[in-house]
Amino acid sequence: MSAANETVSAGGARTARYFIYAALIILALVYLLPLYVMLSTSLKSLDEIRGGDMLAPPRDPSIAAWVRAWGEACIGVSCVGIKGYFWNSIKMVVPAVLVSTLLGALNGYVLTKWRFPGHKLVFGMMLFACFIPFQAVLIPMARVLGTFGLSNSTTGLVIVHVIYGLGFTTLFFRNYYEAFPDELVKAAMIDGAGFFRIFWRILLPSSGPIIVVTIIYQFTNIWNDFLFGVSFSSGTSSPMTVALNNLVASSTGVKEYNVDMAAAVFAALPTLFVYVVAGRYFVRGLMAGAVKG
Amino acid sequence: MSTIEPVPVLEPQRQGRSIADGLRNALPKIVLAPSFAVILVFVYGFILWTVYLSFTTSRILPVYKWGGFDAYYRLWSQPNWYVAMQNLAIFGVLYIGICIILGLGIAILMDQRIRAEGVLRPIFLYPMALSFVVTGTAWKWFLNPGLGLENTMHNLGWTSFKFDWLVNPKMAIYTVVIAGVWQASGFVMAMFLAGLRGIDGEIIKAAQIDGASNVSIYRRIIIPLLRPVFLSAFIVLAHMAIKSYDLVIALTGGGPGNATELPSTFMYSYTFTRNQMNVGSASAVMMLMGITAIIVPYLYSELRERKQ
Amino acid sequence: MNIRMIAKLAAGAALIAMTAGAAKAAEQVEVLHWWTSGGEAAALNVLKENLQKQGVAWKDMPVAGGAGSAAMTALRARVTAGDPPTAVQLLGFDLKDWAEMGVAANLDDLAKKEGWDKVIPAALQNFSKYDGHWIAAPVNIHSTNWLWINKAALDKAGGKVPTNIAELITLLDAFKGQGLTALAHGGVPWQDGTLWEAVVLSTGGPDFYKKAVLDLDPAALSGDTMKKVFDTMSKLRTYFDPNFSGREWNLSTALVIEGKAGAQEMGDWSKGEWLRANKKPGTDFVCIRFPGTQGSVLFNADQFMMFNVGGDAEKAQLKMASAVEDPAFQIAFNTVKGSVPARTDVSNEKFDDCGKKGMADLTEASSKGTLMGSLAHGYAQPAAIKEAMLDVITQHLNGQLTTEAALKRLPEAVKAAK
Repeated sequence: MSAANETVSAGGARTARYFIYAALIILALVYLLPLYVMLSTSLKSLDEIRGGDMLAPPRDPSIAAWVRAWGEACIGVSCVGIKGYFWNSIKMVVPAVLVSTLLGALNGYVLTKWRFPGHKLVFGMMLFACFIPFQAVLIPMARVLGTFGLSNSTTGLVIVHVIYGLGFTTLFFRNYYEAFPDELVKAAMIDGAGFFRIFWRILLPSSGPIIVVTIIYQFTNIWNDFLFGVSFSSGTSSPMTVALNNLVASSTGVKEYNVDMAAAVFAALPTLFVYVVAGRYFVRGLMAGAVKG
Repeated sequence: MSTIEPVPVLEPQRQGRSIADGLRNALPKIVLAPSFAVILVFVYGFILWTVYLSFTTSRILPVYKWGGFDAYYRLWSQPNWYVAMQNLAIFGVLYIGICIILGLGIAILMDQRIRAEGVLRPIFLYPMALSFVVTGTAWKWFLNPGLGLENTMHNLGWTSFKFDWLVNPKMAIYTVVIAGVWQASGFVMAMFLAGLRGIDGEIIKAAQIDGASNVSIYRRIIIPLLRPVFLSAFIVLAHMAIKSYDLVIALTGGGPGNATELPSTFMYSYTFTRNQMNVGSASAVMMLMGITAIIVPYLYSELRERKQ
Repeated sequence: MNIRMIAKLAAGAALIAMTAGAAKAAEQVEVLHWWTSGGEAAALNVLKENLQKQGVAWKDMPVAGGAGSAAMTALRARVTAGDPPTAVQLLGFDLKDWAEMGVAANLDDLAKKEGWDKVIPAALQNFSKYDGHWIAAPVNIHSTNWLWINKAALDKAGGKVPTNIAELITLLDAFKGQGLTALAHGGVPWQDGTLWEAVVLSTGGPDFYKKAVLDLDPAALSGDTMKKVFDTMSKLRTYFDPNFSGREWNLSTALVIEGKAGAQEMGDWSKGEWLRANKKPGTDFVCIRFPGTQGSVLFNADQFMMFNVGGDAEKAQLKMASAVEDPAFQIAFNTVKGSVPARTDVSNEKFDDCGKKGMADLTEASSKGTLMGSLAHGYAQPAAIKEAMLDVITQHLNGQLTTEAALKRLPEAVKAAK
C-alpha cells in the first residue's frame, strides 16, 4: 500500500518527500546516538574520555581497548578477556533457539491443523506464559534444576530458556499456520501422508518467514538475558552478559570506560548482525503471521 | 495475536479402529503434551507456589510456615510500593503511548516508497537487539548533566541549556521513558509497517479515485484498518512495561531516592536483597493480577471471535 | 619455616603424587564474590595462588553489580538447588540470616587449632559465629567513618583539619570559595547511609549511635538529636555538585584525587583509589576520622562464609579458611584493599600511615567498646530494617522528604520492617 503519494501534485510531492527524508534521517541519527557513543568511546584513550566531550569523535582512534576487552580484561581473578564467555553464550543460545523453535512449530501445527476439543484453552494458557515475570520463577526453578542435577550447567540454562520461550514460539507459529491453507493439508492426508510427513514436507518448507521471526526473537532474548544467566550458571561457564556485567559494574578500581564499551560492543555484535542481516525478513515475517491484521 | 479468518477445524481421520490408528489419532496430542505439561508445571505451578509463599513467613529462603495476610499488610503499608505503582502508571501510559505514536509515525514515513528503507529499517530496529546491560552505561552518560547532552551543549556554547532529569527526583522517571521508547519504538514500527504492507491496495485506490486527501485516507481508512496491530502492540508494550527491570537498574538503580522504583524492581529488591521474600512474593502476586487483568480479556475476545 | 608451612608443603607433595584427575575432583573451592575490579582481584589472587600451592583448585564465581545484590540472587539459586558454593563473600547480618537456614559449615576445629578466638575482635566474632560455632573466616575490617581530603586544597584553606561538624562546614565553605566541589558524594542509598551514620556518630556520640542505630530506640530515632542529624545532612547536601546522583563512589574519589573536589566521606576502601593513582598519604591526601568521631570506629568486615558442602570438598574448604586467616595473606590483601587485618596480632609494618592509624583506632575502639557495626553495610541491622532506614535517609537527602517527615517516617519504617 505504498501509493498514498501518487495523487499529490508534483511540486508539493517534492517538498513532501524532502520533509519525509529529513524527518527520517533526523530520527535515525537520534536512534543511532547511543551506539555512536559506545563505538567512539571504545576507540578513545582514557585521558580523552575523562577530559573530553562525549559526542566528539575520537581524536586518535585506537583499537587497543578492543584487544584488551577481547583477550586481556580481568573478570574476577582471571584476566583473559571476554572471548571465552562469548563462546559460552553461543553454546547456550544455539541449542535453546533451535529446540524452542522446533517445538513451537510443532505446537503451532497441532493447534491449527489437528485441533481437538479445548485447543483454545490450551493455546490461551500457553500464551499467558509469555507474561510471567521471570524474577518470580527463579527460586522454584533453581530447586527443580537442583533436583535433576542440572544446577549450574549449560544444559540447565538451555532448558530454562526453552521452557520460557515456548509461549512465544508457539504463538508465532500458530498464527502463521492458521493462515496456511487447510486444503493442502487435507489433500496430503487423502494421499496417505502421516502427521510428521505433512509437517516436514508441506508446512515446514513454506515456514521461512516465521522461522526467521522466531529465531530473531528468541536469539535476541536469550542472548541478552542476564537474570537466568547469573542465577543458573557460574564462573567461567557464565554467558556473555554476566561477564560483561562483572566487567562494567565492578564497584571499585579505575574504570576503563573504553574497554567497557568495547566489551559491550562485542556483546552486542551477534544480535546486531542478526537484525541487520535478517531485518527485512523480520518485517516480512511479522506481516505473514505474528501481527497480521 | 491474530484475527485471521476462521478456518474450518480439521478433524483427524476417525475411520481406523486398530491400535495403530488409535495411536495415530493421539499423535498430535502426544506431540503437544510435553510442551503443555512443562508450561503447566513451570508457569502455573510456580505461580501457585508464589501465591503460597506470599502467605508464609519466608525471609531469606522459602520457609513453609503460615503467615496469613501479614505480607500483604506489609506490602500495602510500604510507601515504596505506592511510589512503584504510581511510577508504573506514569511510565506505562507514556511508554505505551509514545511508542505507538512514534512507531506508527515512522512506519507511515517509511511506507512512502522511500529509497533507503533497507538502511533505515535496521537503524530503527537495532535498539531492540541490545540489552540494557550493554547500552546502560552509554545511556547513563548521555543523560548525565556533567558528562552528556548538557555538557555537550555547554561546550557548543549554549550555556543556558539544562537537562538534569536523571538526577532530579521529580523528572527521573521520564528519563526511563525516553530510554524505554528508544528501545521498543522500532519494534512497534516494524509491526505497523507489516500492518501497512498487508492492507489491500484496492481500497486505497478506490478512496483516491473518490478524491480523498492523503491525510483523510490515513485517518479514515488506513489507521482504522490497523486496529489489530494497535491491539497487538498494546499487549506487547504493556507486558514489557510491567516487566521493565533492566531499564531502571541500568539507568537509575531506582533512584534518586526511590523516584524511579517500579513494581518489578520493588519485587526484586524485597525478594533478593531485603530478605523479605514473602513481601516480594506478595508484590509478584499483585503484578500477576495486573497482567491477568490486561491479558485475559484480550485472550478471551481474541479466541472467542474465531468461534463464530 | 613453621609447622603449618611444613604441613602445607607435605599436603602439596602428597597431592602431586596422587593421580591428577582424582586430586582435581576432590580439592577444589568455588568462591562467590563481587571483587571484580583490578586491585581487589589482584589481592584475591594471592589467596588463589596460596591454595593452588596446596593443590586446591580455585573455581572463581564473580558476580558484580548493585553492591552484591546480583550475587545474592545467584547464591539463593545455588543454595535452593542444593549445590552451594564452597565460600561466599558476605556481610554482617546476612551471615546470621543464612546460618539460620542451616546451611553453614562448622569451622570450630580449625578455629580452635589456630586460636581465632584470641586474635579476632569480639565485635566481629559476633558475626563470624552463629550459635557459638565458627561459620565464617573474616578477611578484613573496613571502617566507614573516614574523611579523605585533598592536601593541596586543605593547605590553601589554612591546613587545619576539622574536628567537629562546625569546623567541617567552615572548611567546606573554604573549598567552595576555591571554586571546588566542596564535598564529593555519590547519590546511591548505601553511600547516603554511609554519610548519615558518620553524621549520627559525630552529632550524638557513640552512646547515641548505639541507642538509635543499634537498639532502634523510637525516641532516639525521632528526637532532637536526630533532627540535628537530618539538618546537617541537608546542609551537607548543599556542598555536592549537581551530578552526584547515582554516581559510583570511586568516581567521587577520583574528583578529590584530581583536585576538582575538596573532600569525601567514605570508607577506607577509597584509599585503594589514591594509592593506585600514585598518591601518598600525608603529602597528597589527608585521612582523618570524620570530624567528631575520633575514638569510635564504625566497622564493616568482608567475610568468607563457609557453606555446608560435605565430603571431600570440606577438606579444601578448611584449607581455604586457614589460608584466609594466614597473616601473610592478611597483610598482602589488606595493604591493597585499604582495610586493616581481621586479626589484631598482625604487624603494621607494611601498612602506610592511614593503615597504621586504622589499626591503632581499631584497637582503641575495641577496648573502649566503641567499635560498632556500620548500618549502611549490614553490620548494624538485618537487611530489611537497614534498607527501610536507607529509604528514608536517601529520600530525605534527595529532597523527597522534609526533615519533619523523615523524623516521623524513620521509626515507622523501622517498625514496619521488623
